[in-house]
Amino acid sequence: MAKTFKKPDCMTDQKTHYCPGCTHGIIHRLVAETIDELGIRGRTVGIAPVGCAVLAYNYIDCDFQEAAHGRAPAMATGIKRVRPDLMVFTYQGDGDLASIGMGEIIHAANRGEKFTTIFVNNAIYGMTGGQMAPTTMPNQRTTTTPFGRKSDEVGMPIRVAELLGTLVTPGYITRQTVISPKYIQKAKRAIKQAFIYQMEKRCYSLVEVLSTCPTNWGMTPQDALQWVQDVLMPYYPLGDVKVPDSEKVTEAAAGTAN
Amino acid sequence: MPKVLMKGNEAIAEAAIRAGCLNYFAYPITPQSEVAEYLSWRMPEVNGVFLQGESEVAVSYMIFGAAGAGVRVFTTSSSPGISLMSEAISYLCGAQLPAVFVNIMRGGPGLGGILPSQADYLQATKGIGHGDCRLLVMAPASVQEAAEMVMTAFPLAEKYRNPVMILGDGLIGQMMEPVEFPDQLKSEASNKDGWATNGMDHRGSTTRNLVKSLFLDAEQLNDNNLILRAKYERMKKEDVRWECWNTEETYDALIVSYGTMSRVCKTAISMLKEEGIEVGLVRPQTLFPFPEQAVRQAAQKEGCRVVLSVEMSMGQMVEDVERCVQGALPVKWYGKCGGDVPTPEEIIDLVKTTLSSL
Ligand SMILES: Cc1ncc(C[n+]2csc(CCOP(=O)(O)OP(=O)(O)O)c2C)c(N)n1
Ligand code: SF4
Repeated sequence: MAKTFKKPDCMTDQKTHYCPGCTHGIIHRLVAETIDELGIRGRTVGIAPVGCAVLAYNYIDCDFQEAAHGRAPAMATGIKRVRPDLMVFTYQGDGDLASIGMGEIIHAANRGEKFTTIFVNNAIYGMTGGQMAPTTMPNQRTTTTPFGRKSDEVGMPIRVAELLGTLVTPGYITRQTVISPKYIQKAKRAIKQAFIYQMEKRCYSLVEVLSTCPTNWGMTPQDALQWVQDVLMPYYPLGDVKVPDSEKVTEAAAGTAN
Repeated sequence: MPKVLMKGNEAIAEAAIRAGCLNYFAYPITPQSEVAEYLSWRMPEVNGVFLQGESEVAVSYMIFGAAGAGVRVFTTSSSPGISLMSEAISYLCGAQLPAVFVNIMRGGPGLGGILPSQADYLQATKGIGHGDCRLLVMAPASVQEAAEMVMTAFPLAEKYRNPVMILGDGLIGQMMEPVEFPDQLKSEASNKDGWATNGMDHRGSTTRNLVKSLFLDAEQLNDNNLILRAKYERMKKEDVRWECWNTEETYDALIVSYGTMSRVCKTAISMLKEEGIEVGLVRPQTLFPFPEQAVRQAAQKEGCRVVLSVEMSMGQMVEDVERCVQGALPVKWYGKCGGDVPTPEEIIDLVKTTLSSL
């Protein structure tokens, strides 16, 4: 009997180091399925972040570079500029992308670099033990906000997708989550679409994925999924923030007709 | 090809292209922005890649990405910019990637000034980034030598799979001198299929390559550091370069000096000769590896009474000179680093007063 559900070719046999209930693993799988379905494994280069996913290359089986904290978009730019035929994706956490690497992501997106970013927003620094991220929710307790995030002191959480959506340069920017099969399927479609835009050399593409960190949130895996639904999703609405329009639309947005 | 008159910065830019490096990323900073300006039109002419990045931090990781993808790539900057690149340089060393960095030094610390300086000697040779990392550092003393060093830097970076730095002072970048280039573009880079993330299809392989510097296991990290150490030791054996000048006969004093400063010293030495005072010169052309043997032997020469480290810094290379002389002779430092280059007259004065004080 033919197998209808199997491990993607682009995944190794290794067990992941992710905590029980962490959704990094699901997101990895969606990326690997996409690479398989598009048949691009032989020309894909991934860039692993500094964060819990630093060892992503142990699980996703294609060429990989390991970044310094936050610098993946600059590295992806370097690769893509000198080898436009390669398919390049960065996989980044919210500390990596929205804090230390904010400069690099904005400028890469604004140049319209033809690579894809998988942005895993779990509202906390996972790897270093649960400190505040720029995406941490108001009043959320972390190891550096033991009394809850105080917005009047450190500002409100950054909505990365919306922020990048303000750029006039065409791009594909969307927010998804993986807390249930329904959402996983949508997230998969978005990731595949992002890679397709890259393949077509259309635009920069970023898929923000609301993800869980049960360990540092201090929750059971089940409660963590519920918390995404109840707390993160109202503040971080799902859906496309921006799709690559025709040039006309972007010129109109820029207010420059010539 | 006939000689052409060129600014040092432009010669550096053209030399990289002649060396077959068609990929350049940079961020503007005085006194080397002419490199980027030149390459912004020259790279498109040769179907190369030119990109002005948003910061030196980003640029240094564009270099990392491109080097990791297996192409020849370089950047140019000046002191404050190099400080920002030092994180990436450490990562490049750890991941064993070849790339070329040019530092046209200006005065520091902080914003310092935009005039020539040699005050990044220690940074370049000993403290370029965190961890046990080293660069092969070359220091040109003329526009022609700058061009030649750039052309040798790429094969050297590939030989060692390690970044190479050209350390020039602001004058090297700004002055115009005749320079001659080879007609032909240099041959293609070495085969990088063994490690580059250039795509499995591209190299006809079914196994992927990883470019990384993380080794969580203590033994593996130590092993990586041993590999790096072996390369740095090999550099000392195979690629140390220097020039000895006026050292055939005996001399009363030895000057150690590099870059623009060494040219002023040569002028001073010629003038002293007319007065009957002989001074030898060792000019390091590689600062790491440092020409230890050459300096030691020159200092040991019969009749030499003192060694002077003359540099446009507050006394950096002098630490290496002292290390080489090993207390056999007094070692003195002389220098300035506000941007004024010490004059031949100052050097002459220095030699005379030093000799009479011994
Ligand atoms: C330059 C630098 N600063 C700080 C760190 C420490 N560090 C490692 S991971 C991390 C945060 C990771 O959080 P995030 O990007 O949200 O990813 P997650 O682990 O949650 O997936 C930090 C601060 C580092 N490795 N390098
Ligand atoms: S610490 Fe959090 S983000 Fe990291 S693996 Fe565990 S659950 Fe996932």
